[in-house]
Amino acid sequence: MSGIIAKKIGMTSIFTEDGRQVAVTVIEAMPNVVTAVKTVANDGYEAIQLAAGERKEKTTSKPLVGHFKKAGTTPKHKVVEFKGFEQSLSLGETIGVSLFEEGDFIDVVGTSKGRGFQGVVKRHGFAGVGEATHGQHNRLRAPGSIGQCSTPSKVYKGLKMGGQMGNVRVKVQNLEVLKVYNDQNLLVVKGAIPGAKGSFITIEK
Amino acid sequence: MGRFLYLCASVLDRVMDALSFVQSQVQRVELPNFKAGDTVSVHYRIVEGDKERKQIFTGVVIQRRGTGTTETFTVRKISNGVGVERIYPLTSPFIERVVVNVVGKVRRARLFYLRTAKGKKARVKAAKI
Repeated sequence: MSGIIAKKIGMTSIFTEDGRQVAVTVIEAMPNVVTAVKTVANDGYEAIQLAAGERKEKTTSKPLVGHFKKAGTTPKHKVVEFKGFEQSLSLGETIGVSLFEEGDFIDVVGTSKGRGFQGVVKRHGFAGVGEATHGQHNRLRAPGSIGQCSTPSKVYKGLKMGGQMGNVRVKVQNLEVLKVYNDQNLLVVKGAIPGAKGSFITIEK
Repeated sequence: MGRFLYLCASVLDRVMDALSFVQSQVQRVELPNFKAGDTVSVHYRIVEGDKERKQIFTGVVIQRRGTGTTETFTVRKISNGVGVERIYPLTSPFIERVVVNVVGKVRRARLFYLRTAKGKKARVKAAKI
């Protein structure tokens, strides 16, 4: 599984060759630098560590600056390890948008937009009570009963209730790559991907 | 705070640049300038199976909305006493051409009042050019 670090730009829509209008997401796949190559002999597992996104040296901690210097590159914002990379890469090498071709299917991993503490209607799609009258006065969006009395006399684990919504790692699978712009480092994929505009994502192929 | 806003603006600029680049790659048919209130004929290709025919839809433009490649316009006409509205994407490859028949004189950008207007009020006057 190959992959790179990228940035979500935003959504728009384009027409395919057969005339259908499809919603697409534009992704900036900036150059990724190999900052470490993990081997079984050294680290106990095989992986490639990639870094992307420029960062000021004065805001980077000294140990990290040294780590980037070893790879012969400037400090970077995001560092991610990829296991089972298909091609063999060496320290300091750069890969980017050329990894992908039009027609490829990719997976995109990102952090979804945080929605804060939400009730069951928004978080799990509960229907709510549905009536404001007929004896309801304070339970329009309430979850209802969460269990029985003497058996089992407990609330089951994993029961759908209110809580933090969003701001979790989300993977969207099998997105088609519609366009690749090598000069601009841009990818155009079909459909939506998690996260806010400008947020870091990882693309897996 | 000012510096933070400046940073946000620069990030947004980059985002808009990349988006507008992708949109600029879309093939567009050159269309004449028209706005809400104009009476236009839209020459639209319709593909049915392997056959293709042309439909000419003539009516009043009641709104243009959106920007870039996602911009659309709505055309309204009265067909057999029934109001019919069609929404066309401005960049649709099926639009062959748009002919502006009458430039209308209107005082707003969205002419939704035409849907309920009756009689004289349901007309759009032609602009004096």
